[in-house]
Amino acid sequence: MVGIVTYGSYIPIYRIKTAEIARMWGDKPEHPEKGLGLFAKSVPAYDEDAATIAVEALRNALRRKNIPGDKIGAIFVGSESHPYAVKPTASLIAEVLGAYRAHAADLEFACKAGTAAMQNVYAMVKAGMIDYGVAIGTDTSQGQPGDALDYSASAGGTAYIIGKDEVIAEINHTVSFVTDTPDFWRREGQRYPSHGGRFTGEPAYFKHIMSTAKMLMEEAGTKPEDYDYVVFHQPNGKFPYRVGKRLGFKEEQIKPGLISPYIGNTYSGGTPTGLSTVLDIAKPEDRIIAVSFGSGAGSDAFDITVTDEMENFNRDAAPKVWDMINRAKYIDYATYLKFRRMIVEVD
Amino acid sequence: MVVPRFWRERRSRYSLIGTRCPVCGTVYFPPRSVCPKCGRKSVGKMEEVQLSGKGKVYSYTIVHQNVIGYKYQKPYVMAIIETPEGPKLTGQIVDVEPEKVHIGMPVHAVFRRIAEDGKAGIIQYGYKFIPDEE
Repeated sequence: MVGIVTYGSYIPIYRIKTAEIARMWGDKPEHPEKGLGLFAKSVPAYDEDAATIAVEALRNALRRKNIPGDKIGAIFVGSESHPYAVKPTASLIAEVLGAYRAHAADLEFACKAGTAAMQNVYAMVKAGMIDYGVAIGTDTSQGQPGDALDYSASAGGTAYIIGKDEVIAEINHTVSFVTDTPDFWRREGQRYPSHGGRFTGEPAYFKHIMSTAKMLMEEAGTKPEDYDYVVFHQPNGKFPYRVGKRLGFKEEQIKPGLISPYIGNTYSGGTPTGLSTVLDIAKPEDRIIAVSFGSGAGSDAFDITVTDEMENFNRDAAPKVWDMINRAKYIDYATYLKFRRMIVEVD
Repeated sequence: MVVPRFWRERRSRYSLIGTRCPVCGTVYFPPRSVCPKCGRKSVGKMEEVQLSGKGKVYSYTIVHQNVIGYKYQKPYVMAIIETPEGPKLTGQIVDVEPEKVHIGMPVHAVFRRIAEDGKAGIIQYGYKFIPDEE
């Protein structure tokens, strides 16, 4: 059995309300709430980045179950906001873990690099190359001030340790789908990404998630009603409901794993953190389907069954996702600009 | 800080790794290779020990000055944290309004950016502290 051995998430304490962003840019305060289903987004503190979020998420995973560094054979970190353009985040994670005999690399695939990391580790464990591996999705995503992404681009991350002993959630199947779709991109040296506006919906998010979810259920021989929970990539508070309904899922399957209305889009942290929110409440034998989406574009899907081992697992040893969502300090737009280093440089 | 010095200290800065004298049991952070109390009896015998990251505020100050690299964070709290293992650590307390910090406040270590060597230099990571609960 190969699957999740432990998991942990981290969401920065600071939040900005979408109504405050609307006030700044002359939109109606209810516009982001009604139009996008977004009420607030998480903001990294001045001294936080994708690497510090990754370390905090991983430490929360280790608080629940400690896996010694010398047993960890792989570290993959998915992000589109790695602190360095050249110098891996994964090597910093290796140092924190004391995991020196490890395959380590950084991944980037817009919002699906975290699930790509999970697939890589899953494959290496399944192949018998390693006993345990770490997969992290983490981001401090960038949105150009005044752009639609200003309402959603947020910060957070989740770490999974995948192995074959004492598995709390078995990964039964995983499939992926990819096409060359330019819905969202950032050129080298550019500070903020560009996107195709409405083009990011139908040919990008919906096409890839629906294709991948259908492929996965075909391979697993399952139907939407076989699942207790479904987690989708959550760029806003509306797309997951819309794609879920088109696939035949019900609101009660979607809602428990949907946190973007309260913390925004954590990009590579998105689907992994939605899954983490579900694992915080899941019981043995619950079945979960998780489908990520990364612009550019592709999706990774997972069919997961929670095992009896969850009963012995110390979930309370680390904060749950909702503990961190509720632990919020609200800031104004000017403080947000300062924390995100968007004020013209002062020395 | 020059790159090699930061690099040499990364393990203790990332994971709060200090040393313990096997003769008298005193724990040191930053790590020492010789116990100043036991001298030559401790040479070659110092053991690595990882601090729990827990502690209490022993003393603190609120910095309002424009210190280079910290202007965006002011006013910020610099504190001496008393750890249950013994050593007193100097570090920032973050994610808190400075006026809420008090002596005896329970805190724990978190992983943060400490400093950056300009725009092109290395980013130094290490420990800061946040309150256990407000």
